[in-house]
Amino acid sequence: MKWVKLLAIVPFIGFLGGALWANKVTPFVLGLPFFTFWCSLWVVLSSVIMLIVYMFDPDNKEGDIK
Amino acid sequence: MNAAIFIILGSIILSFYLVIKAKKGKDMDLEQWTVGGRGFGTIFMFLLTAGEAFTITTFLGSSGQTYNNGGAALFIMCYGTLAYIISYFILPKIWRYAKENKLVSQSDFFVSKYKSPYLGVLTAIVGVISMIPYLIVQLNGLGIIVYQASYGLISPTLAMWIGTIVITIYVLISGIRGSAWTSVVKDFLLLFIVVFLGVYFPIHYYGGFGEMFQAIQTAKPGFLGLSETGQSPSWFITTVLISALGFYMWPHLFGATYSAENEKVFRKNAMIMPLYQLVLLFIFFIGAAAILQIPDLKGEETDLILLSLSTQTFDPWIVGLIGAAGIFAALVPGSMLLMTTSTLVAKNIYKVLKPQTSEKQISNLAKYLVPIIGAVSLFLSLQGGKTIIALIVMGYSFVTQLFPALLFSLMKNNFITKQGAFAGIAVGMITVTYITLTNTTVGKLFPFLPQSIKDFNVGIIALALNVIVLLVISLVTRNLSVQSKVVENKGVS
Repeated sequence: MKWVKLLAIVPFIGFLGGALWANKVTPFVLGLPFFTFWCSLWVVLSSVIMLIVYMFDPDNKEGDIK
Repeated sequence: MNAAIFIILGSIILSFYLVIKAKKGKDMDLEQWTVGGRGFGTIFMFLLTAGEAFTITTFLGSSGQTYNNGGAALFIMCYGTLAYIISYFILPKIWRYAKENKLVSQSDFFVSKYKSPYLGVLTAIVGVISMIPYLIVQLNGLGIIVYQASYGLISPTLAMWIGTIVITIYVLISGIRGSAWTSVVKDFLLLFIVVFLGVYFPIHYYGGFGEMFQAIQTAKPGFLGLSETGQSPSWFITTVLISALGFYMWPHLFGATYSAENEKVFRKNAMIMPLYQLVLLFIFFIGAAAILQIPDLKGEETDLILLSLSTQTFDPWIVGLIGAAGIFAALVPGSMLLMTTSTLVAKNIYKVLKPQTSEKQISNLAKYLVPIIGAVSLFLSLQGGKTIIALIVMGYSFVTQLFPALLFSLMKNNFITKQGAFAGIAVGMITVTYITLTNTTVGKLFPFLPQSIKDFNVGIIALALNVIVLLVISLVTRNLSVQSKVVENKGVS
């Protein structure tokens, strides 16, 4: 399951690509300008993605190295 | 006397209590002092990282930036999140190596990996000249916030004096433990204040978030997105990327990671830390609320919008709480910066020049340096001036130059030589200095390029030159050393 780490690339695409295709003020989503909404969404998604990476990353299966 | 002053003074006393509590029963040798005996768990590390990263510059500066630049101000939230994702992969390796080799500073890492004390001196110099402006900005911010929150009763100069003395005493008493314990109070107080203000202002002044953003869009169409030129999408992309790489290269953030108790701490924090970045969204709301409420502010005044809007809206006791949150937001990073600077000077510069100095003497020297560096920073911050802002921008670019050499050193077969690393960092530094002093942009250097490339963050040039020199010098010195080994071998046989 080493490849699960590749998921970490997704937020980079989300944030950096977002500057290209989500850079607009309208439509408003949840009262936020679209670009603000987009960036906030990706902050939350980044956290979720890192949770998935953490769960499936074999490095975390081993006991704590003290 | 008003309620605000009592709350501000109370918060300073509280921070002293925490610092003394933190020290209890610990013998403060250099390892305890700088990295807390490497015993911090996930929650403590989370609070410390949040405490360090979320400074008074974020508190005052980000709201001002939203006011000035609109949507572009979101870049801080974005690069912070990406920096934590990068941290998942590099910090466990850094921590493990640091623990095995008993390292206490960032420069130690370079010394040990590249087996070159002089690379340590160079990286320590990079660190010191980047961190002192950062410390100065914290002190200035502290002066502003105390002056405003005390309704002018405590002058900025007096506030900066008190701030410096407090930071100095508290670094001396308990080192990183004091900073970590203060972070606990600071993070919660700041979270509460920022979320409260970020929700209250839009509702109070506009009737809701949607209404507020609609009003801004009507008054200034497109302001809440990125602009066509200048802070355009390509500026945003390059700035977010470079800042994300540079984030953990700040010596005080890098060094603080040594204090974790195990490497899982970082992987856990990489999923929690991004959520803390949402605090910046509320600061964005505060800045946005000010756009139409206190229009026409210019230059340095925009750093005051959070406080101006607060004093015109709330009773003194709430303003006092905001002031207290601001004080903590300066004290935690301030103390870490002061401690890290002293350690770098003592251990990675002085010790190399005078190798016969004992560990005990270095440990003492680091502590003697605390009040001296504090005094120098206080003196420089009382001079004030806009040059400091330029210096901190330069500092961020400086520390980013350490990233390539660091990244290569984490690889299993690092082919970068110490000469390559040294030359790469040096060239990067010179380029950053030249670019900053001459106010160069990519557009000025290459006027024939399309606008989207002209808007690239200029830091990318320094980083590119750094990597090229790093690779070329490494290949050359590697070949030379291979040749000389061949010659030696022939000589022997």
